[in-house]
Amino acid sequence: MPGSANRTGEAMRPPTELLRFTRSERWVHRTTAADMGICLATAAILYIGPLSTAIGYRAIVEWIHVIAGLCLPVPLVIGLLSKAFRIDLGRLNRFSSSDWKWLRSRDRRAGRIPVGKFNAGQKLNANFQLGAILVMMLTGSVMRFANHWPIAWRTGATFVHDWAAYAILAVVLGHIYMAVRDPYALGGMRTGYVPTSWANREHGAWAAQASEAHTRAR
Amino acid sequence: MTNRPTEIDGKPVEPADPAAPGGAVSPAVAADEADAHGRPIGRRIVLGMLGLGALGVVFGKHLQDAENAVLRPVEEHDPTGLSALIPAGDSFRFYSITGQEPQRSAADYQLSVDGLVERPTTFTMADLAALPQTELVEDFQCVTGWRVPGVHWAGVALPDLLDHVGVQTGATALQFTCFDGAYTESLTLDQARRRDVLVATQMLGGPVSRSHGGPVRLYVAPMYGYKSAKWLSGIKLTSKVIPGFWEQNGYDVDAWVGKSNGRSDAPTD
Repeated sequence: MPGSANRTGEAMRPPTELLRFTRSERWVHRTTAADMGICLATAAILYIGPLSTAIGYRAIVEWIHVIAGLCLPVPLVIGLLSKAFRIDLGRLNRFSSSDWKWLRSRDRRAGRIPVGKFNAGQKLNANFQLGAILVMMLTGSVMRFANHWPIAWRTGATFVHDWAAYAILAVVLGHIYMAVRDPYALGGMRTGYVPTSWANREHGAWAAQASEAHTRAR
Repeated sequence: MTNRPTEIDGKPVEPADPAAPGGAVSPAVAADEADAHGRPIGRRIVLGMLGLGALGVVFGKHLQDAENAVLRPVEEHDPTGLSALIPAGDSFRFYSITGQEPQRSAADYQLSVDGLVERPTTFTMADLAALPQTELVEDFQCVTGWRVPGVHWAGVALPDLLDHVGVQTGATALQFTCFDGAYTESLTLDQARRRDVLVATQMLGGPVSRSHGGPVRLYVAPMYGYKSAKWLSGIKLTSKVIPGFWEQNGYDVDAWVGKSNGRSDAPTD
């Protein structure tokens, strides 16, 4: 809003933005999200009785669900061509001491503990989703190609697949909830850029380290 | 909830903490670089989930059985139907391979029986009611795992219907067609001669409902549910088995419960 001074009063520095996600990284996120959406939607049709009867076409829905599920890791694998994506995978893998501190603190949102490009919650989310994708592909394959496995495995695979589906739904909804609550985080995945001020507060260690080359004026 | 006074008006403003003003501050740098030296917890999460998933595949059957035993009484007395959303348990789930459940009133209903028979016949509901009636109480077992215990079925035993139309020599199998226009099923003639194979006009103590495949469906007691074709409209005697819809999609043609499709369920006959 024009003329509205900020809280600290040191207004005159031009606001800048940091590059948070490259085009390749956003593409990986968007395609994986869309594919996961297809999996969840078709799962609901296959699984929830009233939806099954309202939509029908069970064989076609099942086919879409299986194909979409088998495609889930494809954007991730293609994304490996991107150096930025590979670097971020490394960041998501490693938990630093400040991550643990951040995770344990009650005021973790206050920006008191400067964390890296991803906070511990985002790291947990990303690693859960990767593990979940692999588990769903594993159990889904046992279910779909049932004749190749010992008899009880199909029941066991169905058991895991069903409960894991609910866990994935909960985590995906939580992920969307957190994103919607923070328009800058959302904008970061939509446009690739986040305000430097936001980065300082939410990812202080990353913002401090991000090079000038990744900054642009607003 | 966390308050974010620095985000008022949707505009980014400088951080509230003046100690972290965008410039490089050495402890902060150390923290992000520490990412590179932290422990690989992410990899452990992924591998741990894979391990748990594999254990679940191998031993999940026991957990599922225990869960079913707990949930069965709940689902039988659940008026909301919400318990059907729990991934377990013993209630009917409704599957249709076409866009909408087909609808046909009992008054309009016809069942044609033709092919290698002595007297091709079209049956109305009244014709079916005039034939000898058979009642059964048997479980319904779906190949996807759910099972409904002790379902009441009534209708014409298929062997009685076959005697009525007369089977020609050379007939070895039956093909079933449905008025959804898509579903088909098959049985060998020997299987169709069993007394626990019904052209069912009643189910669960009343007329077969639309969702259950009414007004007339097949019930093949000893086989998985996909054999019990819903919305039955035609029976054709053939010289060889013509695999049905799901059988063309990979399910076994001889669908004995517990002895096919890689499953070990308790028999339902």
